[in-house]
Amino acid sequence: MTQSSTVPLASASSSSAESSPPGRGHGLDIEGITHRFGDVTVLNQIHLQVNPGEFVALLGPSGCGKTTILRLVAGLLTPTVGQIRIDGQRVEHVPTHKRNVGIVFQNYALFPHMNVFDNVAYGLRAQGAKTTNVRSRVQDMLELVQLEVMGDRFPNELSGGQQQRIALARALAVEPRILLLDEPFSALDKNLRLDMQIEVKRLLTEQGITTMFVTHDQEEALSMADRIAVMSNGVVQQFDTPTTVYDRPSTLFVSQFVGTTNLISGTLIQHNRESCVVSLADGEQMQLAIDPDMPINSPVQLAIRPENLRLSTEPSPNALPVRVDICLPLGAATIYEVRTASGIPIKVTQPRGIGVKSLVPGQTVYLTLASAHACSIFHVSDTDPSV
Amino acid sequence: MQAKALLKAGRGWALVFPLTLFLMIFYLAPIVLMVITSLSQAGETEGLSWSQYAEFFGDGFNLKVLWDTVWLGTQTTIVCLLLGYPLALLHSRTRPGNWRSILTFLIVLPLLTSAVVRTFAWIVILGRQGVINSALLSLSIIEEPLRLLSTHHGVIAALSQIQMPLMILPLIASMARLDPNLEAASASLGSPAWRTFWRITFPLTLPGIIAGSMLVFSASVSSFVTPSVIGGGRLMFMPMYIYQQAVSLFNYPFAATISTVLLITVLAVVTLLSSLGSLTRSYTRT
Repeated sequence: MTQSSTVPLASASSSSAESSPPGRGHGLDIEGITHRFGDVTVLNQIHLQVNPGEFVALLGPSGCGKTTILRLVAGLLTPTVGQIRIDGQRVEHVPTHKRNVGIVFQNYALFPHMNVFDNVAYGLRAQGAKTTNVRSRVQDMLELVQLEVMGDRFPNELSGGQQQRIALARALAVEPRILLLDEPFSALDKNLRLDMQIEVKRLLTEQGITTMFVTHDQEEALSMADRIAVMSNGVVQQFDTPTTVYDRPSTLFVSQFVGTTNLISGTLIQHNRESCVVSLADGEQMQLAIDPDMPINSPVQLAIRPENLRLSTEPSPNALPVRVDICLPLGAATIYEVRTASGIPIKVTQPRGIGVKSLVPGQTVYLTLASAHACSIFHVSDTDPSV
Repeated sequence: MQAKALLKAGRGWALVFPLTLFLMIFYLAPIVLMVITSLSQAGETEGLSWSQYAEFFGDGFNLKVLWDTVWLGTQTTIVCLLLGYPLALLHSRTRPGNWRSILTFLIVLPLLTSAVVRTFAWIVILGRQGVINSALLSLSIIEEPLRLLSTHHGVIAALSQIQMPLMILPLIASMARLDPNLEAASASLGSPAWRTFWRITFPLTLPGIIAGSMLVFSASVSSFVTPSVIGGGRLMFMPMYIYQQAVSLFNYPFAATISTVLLITVLAVVTLLSSLGSLTRSYTRT
């Protein structure tokens, strides 16, 4: 996981829960949901409170239970324990067709025997809408997704991106209280994916609709969501804004799963209210402006983002002498892999400006933290399930 | 490049040649022979004529046998569909595992026993002292044993059970291709279960329904053992009629005529059903 590329934070911080239009959208509360399939507990004590109009991502590796949450909210499954509330009203026992929760599936699940118009009209007709109302609403929806000329086409005559937009139009046509998206972009190729992400984000923000979407793609979650619930093994590890999840991961799992991180083992040898000192495997000591709540001599893992490290050719106090191993110039930044004296590999991202000489493999340089805060520290216990 | 492709295709043809030859000699040739025989005239008269057909269609009895046979096939198909569809649905909704394996076994089981054995089992069930009559008598629901054997309905019951796998297996195949998300999407758009069934599940499993109906219909109208044994000679259907004309009366031209009429009837129904099928196939091929 630490091998994945660095993540641009994009516009993640620009929109927060508070920025969505007030008075629109519906709140969703998931309270103490535990779900079992036979003997297997797939969700354990899930609490998620989604504000009206908020765009929430459920992020985690496959099998972490994120899709199960979606199916529970949609009513396709009934939770073993716990409550689901929409606008404060319990819905666990309301059948799917009365819940008014829209879903866009990973494979879009367009009805193959109906044309685009009938697909979008499906929900309206189920509600018993008048033919003229159906016609104008479907037309509005097709205009919204910019496919107004495609009404007569059949799903197998559409491209992946078009199918997805129709699936979205179909779900939005009935004005669902909550919209659920299950890995909606995973079937699209990379260029189209970015276009669709921007498009969908714009559309849903305009509509002010409360949205929960499932993804295993951290970039997608970071760039699109107002808040991210990072999940593993049926547990929510952290539920916070993308910037917080990225900058202050609450568990070792989150720090590894979201973005690229260097994990360095060490021992906590000293700490007070403002700072602590960690001794690394090769005896080097690092001073950090964090106060970890754990006893002295605890084995710890330091999680440091590559962009939070600095390389310098000049030695300085607190700097760790390292040898440059590999140098990858990637346009705006250069990624270095350096090794400490004892051979621990560490990735460092440095901005690459004109006139800045890049470092040469084999060169000895000095590694420092960009700031004493730019690091997370986790206690390593044998029972930690997230490692 | 083209020559190579041609050679490749040629090799494919070479591989099917033995089977082609076999079918030509033992399948196509007899049919041609049968049609020619049906056009020959009774007695020793030379030349071809439609006289046998005129005789067949001129007699109300023959038309009644033809109608009874088609009606029997239709009824059996409907019974198989009505009873088989829910079972196929149950099978496709059962998660793979022990229960599903048991269901599959139960569905296929009839195919593993001979139709003759199964027909005789139905005599035990439907007979005067059979399972049904003794049960009804002991419960005092009836006072006299019902006549179930040698009735049209008795034949339908037995035939339906015997042909059931031919309906269920294509249905299961078409349901396996059905994306469960489609039904979930329908429900999430506000459709109750019955609407989801009629708008989504049913139309998308239509190819399976058509394939199953084709198989059950053609197997039913051409089945010989079950209608003869359960019908007990009191009911006349086309296969029995052919047998009678050919084996008992040695009237080969008329037997060939009945056979040809039955063949054309089955072909007509199958063509009708498959043209219905091709209407739906365009979207199921996604």
